Amino acid sequence: MSVKTIAGVEVNVSDEGYLEDMSQWNEDIAKDIASEIGIELTPKHFEVINYLREKTAAKEALTIRKVGKSGIVDIKGLYKLFPKGPLKFSSKIAGIPKPTSCI
Amino acid sequence: MSTEEKKPLEKVCLICAKGSLEDVYASLVMANGAVMEGIETNVFFTFFGLDAITKKTMNHLHTATTGNPAMRMPGGLPFPTMLGGLPGVESAVSGMMRKQMGELDMPPVDEFLEMITAGGGKVFACKLAIDMFKLKKEDLSDEVSDIITIGEFYEKCDGDRTQIIFT
Repeated sequence: MSVKTIAGVEVNVSDEGYLEDMSQWNEDIAKDIASEIGIELTPKHFEVINYLREKTAAKEALTIRKVGKSGIVDIKGLYKLFPKGPLKFSSKIAGIPKPTSCI
Repeated sequence: MSTEEKKPLEKVCLICAKGSLEDVYASLVMANGAVMEGIETNVFFTFFGLDAITKKTMNHLHTATTGNPAMRMPGGLPFPTMLGGLPGVESAVSGMMRKQMGELDMPPVDEFLEMITAGGGKVFACKLAIDMFKLKKEDLSDEVSDIITIGEFYEKCDGDRTQIIFT
């Protein structure tokens, strides 16, 4: 674990750059992490991110299948929003832990 | 932190030659996992593995209840081989397994294939096996992009960070 300054705020991050405490997250942090990955966030991205944060706060396990059935975006759309890392990148940007699901 | 340069996988090519529930899901989980990691993914279904991409059979795959020493009763007691041979037992056990997998959010085979192609993964059928089982393109899932020979599949497996996995 280390401390990193993202968008002017000091946050605790894992070795891979995932936020350790999702309450330290804000939208500017999300934008900074996203641009590091190479993604420019749109309102649709934030819909997904907020969904992920809600489910994580409710201690529900996340899978891309679940996001695909959320009514926000289908799986193809999810890959379009977060290319090459539909769950990994979206989780990182959402300030939640690295996904532990294989699906 | 290691100073060694990392050489992440760039392509995964899977060959699924068996049609039992566990073999097919092993291939599907590995394929979908690769797509989710941003790795280029090709899956080649051959021989009995074709059951996994044949519309009629794909969502009714079975697991063997005889000749499977790892088979257990619910609760963990060994599953008697004689029992496994009774009519209907394999169907019931397989149905139960599919249900338990569903509870873990593991999708049925048709949906799993859609997930793989939604992320850019490619699904192929083996020409030789298709001819042998007298199947046609229209018998196969819409997610199958082509019927190809093993030679053509190997051509798709080029690149020095490519792995071929056989299940």
